[in-house]
Parts: sequence; C-alpha cells; structure tokens
Amino acid sequence: MATPSPTPRQAPPLSDQVEFGPGISVSPWLARSTLLRHAVFAIVGAVALGVISVSLGAYRDFQMATVAANVVAVAGLTVLIGLSGQISIGNGAFMAVGGYVAALLFIHLHWPLELIIVAATVAAALVGAVFGIAAARLRGPYLAGATLMLAVALPFFATRFSGVLGGDQGLGFFITVPGFLGVNFSLSRWQAWLSCGCGLIALLLLANLVRSRVGRSWRAVRDDEVAAALAGINVARMQILAFIVSAACAGLGGVLLAIVVGTVSPGLFTLSLSIQLLTAAVLGGLGSLAGAIWGGALLVLAPTYLQDVVVSHGFASQTTSSSIPIVAYGVVLIVVMLIFPRGIQGGLSRLVGPIIRRGDDAPAAPTPGDDPRAVLTRGDDPPRSPRERTSWRRRSPAADRKEKGRR
Amino acid sequence: MVEFLEFTLTGLSAGMIYAAIALSLVLIWRGTRVLNYSQGAMAMLTSFIALEVVYATGNYWLAFAIAMVSGLGLGAVVERIVVRQVTGRPPLNAVIVTIGLLIGIEGLAGLFFGGNNRSFPEPYSPNGLSIGKVALGITRNDIFIGVAVLAAAGLLAVVFQYTSIGLRLRATAFNSPVARLLGVRVGRMLTLGWALAGLLGALAGMLVSPSTLLSPNSMDAIFVLGFTAAVIGGLESPVGAVVGGLILGVVLSYAGGYLGSEVVNLFGLAALLLVLMLRPTGLFSSAPARRV
Repeated sequence: MATPSPTPRQAPPLSDQVEFGPGISVSPWLARSTLLRHAVFAIVGAVALGVISVSLGAYRDFQMATVAANVVAVAGLTVLIGLSGQISIGNGAFMAVGGYVAALLFIHLHWPLELIIVAATVAAALVGAVFGIAAARLRGPYLAGATLMLAVALPFFATRFSGVLGGDQGLGFFITVPGFLGVNFSLSRWQAWLSCGCGLIALLLLANLVRSRVGRSWRAVRDDEVAAALAGINVARMQILAFIVSAACAGLGGVLLAIVVGTVSPGLFTLSLSIQLLTAAVLGGLGSLAGAIWGGALLVLAPTYLQDVVVSHGFASQTTSSSIPIVAYGVVLIVVMLIFPRGIQGGLSRLVGPIIRRGDDAPAAPTPGDDPRAVLTRGDDPPRSPRERTSWRRRSPAADRKEKGRR
Repeated sequence: MVEFLEFTLTGLSAGMIYAAIALSLVLIWRGTRVLNYSQGAMAMLTSFIALEVVYATGNYWLAFAIAMVSGLGLGAVVERIVVRQVTGRPPLNAVIVTIGLLIGIEGLAGLFFGGNNRSFPEPYSPNGLSIGKVALGITRNDIFIGVAVLAAAGLLAVVFQYTSIGLRLRATAFNSPVARLLGVRVGRMLTLGWALAGLLGALAGMLVSPSTLLSPNSMDAIFVLGFTAAVIGGLESPVGAVVGGLILGVVLSYAGGYLGSEVVNLFGLAALLLVLMLRPTGLFSSAPARRV
C-alpha cells in the first residue's frame, strides 16, 4: 500500500490521478518526477495568466482574481469530497475564518501581507481540525447537515462581537501595490497576480499531496473504510487530515477573496457561497483539480455572462434583468449534470481522452448511465453512502477479464 | 414561569413547521436516497400560487386547497421530469440537480411575483390566547399550525400503515428491486412519494408564510431548520422528523427568548452537534452504524 508498485498501469496519467488537462500526454523524463511535472504545469500556467492579465483590461483582472480565489476554495472541497469521501456544505465558514483573521492581522498588527496570508490559512486549518475531529464520526447527509448549520450559524460571531469584527459592515482590508512594481502598476492587476500566484502554489501543493501516500490513503478510505483500516490506514486520522486540508484551502480562498473585494463582512461569506462551492466542485468534476478550475471559473463567469446576455437582448426592466440570469443559472446546473454526469472534467476526458491517449492502456470510456458498476474500473467515483457501497464494489466483468489478461 | 410556558408553546408551534419540512425530506430520502434541497423553494412557489388565489377570490380555504394540490403536482412533476434522470448516477449529482431546481424556482418566482416581501393572510385571528388572566403567548393560528401538521402526519401514518398503497410505498423504500419483482410499480411509488412530500412542503409554506412574510427567498431559513430537524431525528424515521422538529423549535425558542434572536442559529448548531456526537445517525435511526 505504502509504495506504489511499478506496474505498467502506473505510467500514463489515469483518471484518478490529477490531470491538468484532458489526457495531456507527457514525455517519459517528465513522467518520472511528479513534482517536476506539476511544477512545469504551474510555470506554464503562471506565464499564461500573466500574458492574459497584461493583454486584458482592469475588469478582467478583477474577474481573474475572483476566479483564482474561488478555484482555491473549490479545489480544497473537491479533494475533501472526491478523494476522502466526506462532504461539506459549510466551507464558506472556513473562508470567513481566513478572511476575518487576515483582516484583523492587517488592521491591528500590520503584518506583512505574505505572513498574513500564511497565518490566516493556518488559522482556518486549525478551525477545520476542530470541526474535522467532530465530523470524522459523521457520514453522508448527517455530515452535510452539520456543515450546513455551521455555515448558517457563523455570522453570529460577526454580530455578537461587532466591536472587534465590525458587525454587518465588516472590516476594511485594503492592500497597496508594493513599491518594486513601480508606480504605474494598477492595484487590480496586483490583486490578480497575487491571487493567481497563491492559487497556483496551492494547486501545486494539492496536486503533489493528491499523488502522494496521503492521497492514496484518502482514496482507499473513500472506496472502503473497512478495507482501508485493515490495510493499516488510520481512517479517522485521514478523514480529519482531509478536513484540515480542505479548510486551509477555503481559508486561503477567503483571504484572497477579501483582498480582491477589499472588505470582509458576513454578506461576503453567506450560505449561498458555501452551496456554490459545492456546486462548482461537482460541476467541474469531483476529485479533479482541473475540474476545480472549471468549476471556479464557471462560478464567477457564468452569472456575469448570463447577465450580459440578458441585458444585451433588451430585457431592461429591473425584475427581469435580475431574475432571468438566476433562472438560467439553475437550468445550467441541471443541464450540465444531465449531460456530464461526472462533471465537466469527466466529460472532457471522456470526449478527448481516447483520442489523445495511445495504445492498450487507454481505459475504455465508461458510460455511467448504463451500468453503475462499470464506473468502478476507474478510481475517481464520487463517494456514496455505506449502504450502497457493498453492492457497488464489484468490478464489471469486462474489467475482470482485462485484469486476467494482464496477469 | 409564565414566560417559560410562552416560549415552550411558541417553540412547539414553530417546531411543527420544521417537522413538516423534515417529514417531507424524510419521505423523499427513504424512497429515493435524495436530499431535496429544493423543498423550501417548492413550498415558496405553492404559497405564491395560493396568495394569487387569495388576491383573486378572497377565499383562504380555496387557496389552501389549491396550494395542497399544486404541491402534489409540483412534487410529482419534479420527480418525473428532473430527478428521475439522475437516478443511478453518483448521489451528489442529484443534490446538485435539486440545488439547480432551488435556484431556478427562486428565480422564476422573482420573475413572476417580484422580489418584495408580501404579507400573507392567516386563517384565524392573530390575537393572543389566554387562560383566565394568564396570557399563553400563542394565537389561534399557532394552534391551527399544530393541528394541521399533526393531522397531516397522522393521515400519512395511517396511509402508510393500513392501506395497500402505503404497503407498496414502504416496500419501495425498503428494497425497491424486490418490490419491483413482487409487482409493485416502483416508478409510480417514487413519484407518489415526491408528490406527498410536495404536499407536506406546501402545507409548511402556507403555515409559516404569515409570520415570515413571503418572498422568493423566504423559505430558505425554514428549509435549513427543517433539514436540521430531519438530521436530528435521523433521516430514516418519520417519527424522528416530528420529534426533531419539536426539539429544535423549543430549543430555538428558548435561545431566542432568553438570550436574544442573534444566538438562535448558534443554538441550532449546538443542538445538532450535541445530538450527532451522541448518536451519529440521529435520534431515531434504526439503521446499523456501518456495514462491512
């Protein structure tokens, strides 16, 4: 369990490993070092984002920064749900912890920004640890209920301690452009670069974590807790660790969001934000960091885009222009789920993957609608309740045959 | 002491509404293993329909009946057209689909009825009741709420326990493949379960809207508390849903009454966590903790 056995199946990126694109194939020397490969992806991403940022206007910078903040939070959630098999509908609460801690440190202690970001992330991780210890006993909808209530109850602190936390008004959090970038560097571009930089670092760390022993243990716990425990994995510890990682990501996302918006207030971290994070994680494709990028981008860009479409079609009245995008967003959620049952990333790798991947190792694209068991030949199913798990664990006959052929 | 009685009674009255939402969630969960996040939005929509009927005719009871029927219809339509498509897929897909429904229905309501808060009629007088000189802090309407929810729950219990269709519903919830082999039309039973849940939700919407006012988002908070009540009671158990709703209603009423309204949600979280720490699958859950 601990060391990956060097079977031929290890070499190409299977779908349960993190992909940065649909089935991007890499040369052998890159494939050998996970860290190196991910670092190359991160650098390429950074360059691409920089080019985009320079060539587009200030509003796009703002959008990029918001997307980056959301992607980090969604990535944490997708790791929690897709890999460790737990669920949280309350990650907005951890975002709030990160944002508020950062704002407090900024206002009262005047710490440097990079230190504030780290400290706020750690603070959110600590809160996540406390909640994760409580949550490790809960499963499925019960965990969903507890985390949902967490997100609902948290604004209490902002109003109760309004002297420190600023009540409904919240706290201001205005950063300035550092001097070495020159006087003409716009604030929104600095925010975008900061957010995207932090986002890339977080994704890089997550990608390595997911491919490590910890990630494999999470997947084992998700697929079968009893089998994982028999294999020597401390199930509860792994689940708590997943909560900590997820909360830390949410905290970082919260700090970045606070930096972009310029304030932290209860209105920024609402229940609907928590629900949108869940939505984005599932829409993008659970367990996939590329999916988190899709989901985070969709979260920010879809409502603005729909709004633009509605306005440009001449629905000028106040009610229609505010309601039609909402209706359309709801319909988009449903339709994407019906067309891409495994999220956008799952749909993409099903469409593009077989074309790009070569040879025998390309797994046949499963069609989840036909036979639920066939899905299990690939490792990245979302979790299901313990009750269903027993009957679903069997592999499809086709997969068994394939396995025998290999031996 | 009088204060305590007052808080208890108002808490029970509010708890009845949470119980109705919780019951509707339990009905759907037992049948289809789906948590219906759009339950509150569906209740909001039927309440708006009822309100339009009241505006048009002035007859509360006609509006009430139409709300119940439209709740039945909405539940059935949602199950047939949307939820049926995601059965057999990963369970979170169903959750996202119901969240999509929630957003879509709220947007539609905003489109057709506007985003403003609207006052909602009460069937009975809003004057406080009293025994002798002691004010009870509740109204005739609160009593109507309690009676209506208990009657609906009792009726459902009778249907489930003593009728042939109830037996088929239970068989479907217990083990749908076997039920299908024994000749139960499982698909229809699932639709019926969703329809009944829609009816309970519509009832909750009619009962709670006078006090919360009606707007596209007005049922969100009620839904969260109803969900919490269902989790406290254990999602498998209808009795648990009612008990969970009452417990939650009373706890929140004490917290709001003695400590101020801003702590209410915190106490909701505390009650939920306390129950789940003692019993991780709710108070009335009979399912084994984990299967190997």
